[in-house]
Amino acid sequence: MELKLVLDVQKIRKDFPILNRKVNGKPLIYFDNAATSQTPQQVIDVIVDYYSNYNANIHRGVHALSQEATDAYEQARLKTQAHFNAKHAHEIIFTSGTTHGINLVANGFSSLLKEGDEVLVSALEHHSNIVPWQMLCERTGATLKVIPMNDNGELVLSGFDVLLNENTKLVFVNHISNALGTINPIEYIIEKAHEYGAAVLVDGAQSCPHLKPDVQALDVDFYVCSAHKVCGPTGIGMLYGKQDWLNKLPPYQGGGEMIAEVTFEKTTYADLPHKFEAGTPNVCGGIAFGAAIDYMNAIGFANIAQYEQELLEYATNQLQQIEGVKIYGTAKNKTSVISFNVSDIHPYDIGTILDKMGIAVRTGHHCAQPIMDFYQIPGTIRTSFMFYNTKEEIDVFIASLKKAIMMLS
Amino acid sequence: MTIEEIQNDIIDEFSMFDDWEERYQYMIDLGKTLPLIDEKYKTEDHIIKGCQSKVWVHANMEDDTINFTADSDAIITKGIIAILIRVFSNQHPKDIIEANTDFIDKIGLKEHLSPTRANGLVSMIKQLKMYAIAYQTQLN
Repeated sequence: MELKLVLDVQKIRKDFPILNRKVNGKPLIYFDNAATSQTPQQVIDVIVDYYSNYNANIHRGVHALSQEATDAYEQARLKTQAHFNAKHAHEIIFTSGTTHGINLVANGFSSLLKEGDEVLVSALEHHSNIVPWQMLCERTGATLKVIPMNDNGELVLSGFDVLLNENTKLVFVNHISNALGTINPIEYIIEKAHEYGAAVLVDGAQSCPHLKPDVQALDVDFYVCSAHKVCGPTGIGMLYGKQDWLNKLPPYQGGGEMIAEVTFEKTTYADLPHKFEAGTPNVCGGIAFGAAIDYMNAIGFANIAQYEQELLEYATNQLQQIEGVKIYGTAKNKTSVISFNVSDIHPYDIGTILDKMGIAVRTGHHCAQPIMDFYQIPGTIRTSFMFYNTKEEIDVFIASLKKAIMMLS
Repeated sequence: MTIEEIQNDIIDEFSMFDDWEERYQYMIDLGKTLPLIDEKYKTEDHIIKGCQSKVWVHANMEDDTINFTADSDAIITKGIIAILIRVFSNQHPKDIIEANTDFIDKIGLKEHLSPTRANGLVSMIKQLKMYAIAYQTQLN
């Protein structure tokens, strides 16, 4: 099977210095992109430039460096606004990552929920989109209910419809499952939840590397993601919230930057987005996040999606020809993630042998234990591809996997 | 044999191998020689925390020396615990407590020594030594 190339992958690979390195004497094959993506030189250069030329604290300095840094940081917010098609720039809150964004919203809802209220979470969630809501329910007396999944790793929408009622106040669902790669029908979920007046938070950590969400078209209330999954640095991410919701939520952390006026009697809070960005933000991270968004858009999400689907189909087809391979998550609508096991070999054993051959995969429960419990397995081997991976790498991976199976059988 | 003598034997055995494949194949084979834990001890109490795979260990003392039995659901982990048990079984608790484990490095398994490593080799050594400390207290 020949891949119909829509991207000049060899040219793209030159952008990523890390792809030249060797691991255990073998050329690195990086298939752990769902955990973190690699960083192109264009983004690394922005980070170096920031610390070399205009590192400063922002929003309050009168000097040149501070103003340059402030401009660059706010420019990054505008890029992010444009990318996600938010109505206002102040609806983009820079966070430390997806988990921070979820906790910020969960914390804010503490004062808006009461006993008897219901919160829906999907069975396909990462722990970071389960635990904060459990904590929220403990604080408020609200009840957490779970939208069920089927054997293919898809959400059962009829189960969701049944759970929705007038008491439903919040729905949390990931756009794409990190463990299985399922693309969830968030359009339907958002529309239905809104019929009952419930707000919806979508965890976009796994979707943003593969597609370009339009928050206005989706009519989503909150959307969160992390820069390090989209070729940006760690420690920075984004929370999009509709202006009305963000105004309703109380500040998450107190500190500098988030205030309008402070006396010992009373503090008034700054306007959005600063109300939620207490303290000195990750200035360099924000600017580099903007650069990463530029980089991804220059390649083009339509090209990325098409190419990654081809990689997914190719790898799935190759894997299915190996005796004993069982793939978990066979949703019709899925992204370039393959979670699998081989016969009764422990995923950890296969991961260890693949690592010796320079291949990085993830093994374990992928911070989604409820999904592993559903399939009654301790974990899986997960390969996840990005646009800089190649069919040749998949060939090496398949040959290496066969070798690992031989050693371990 | 003393702990050090056993460790030297293991170092000799591993020195025959030229590459990682042979080392790992040998480790996998060693896993098959592991003195298996009685099924009744495969409980939460006997699981070593900090491993991505499950590892159960049980210890008992006879004539002032400790015998270990173990099992794991992962083959490589089974090999690692088999090596440790070969070193520490039939030894006096005091010798186990005082033993150093530098031989791991010398048999080319250094990468497993990192405390953050998911297989928890460090946790395994700690757990075996904890048993030794517990039995040493009984002897005192």
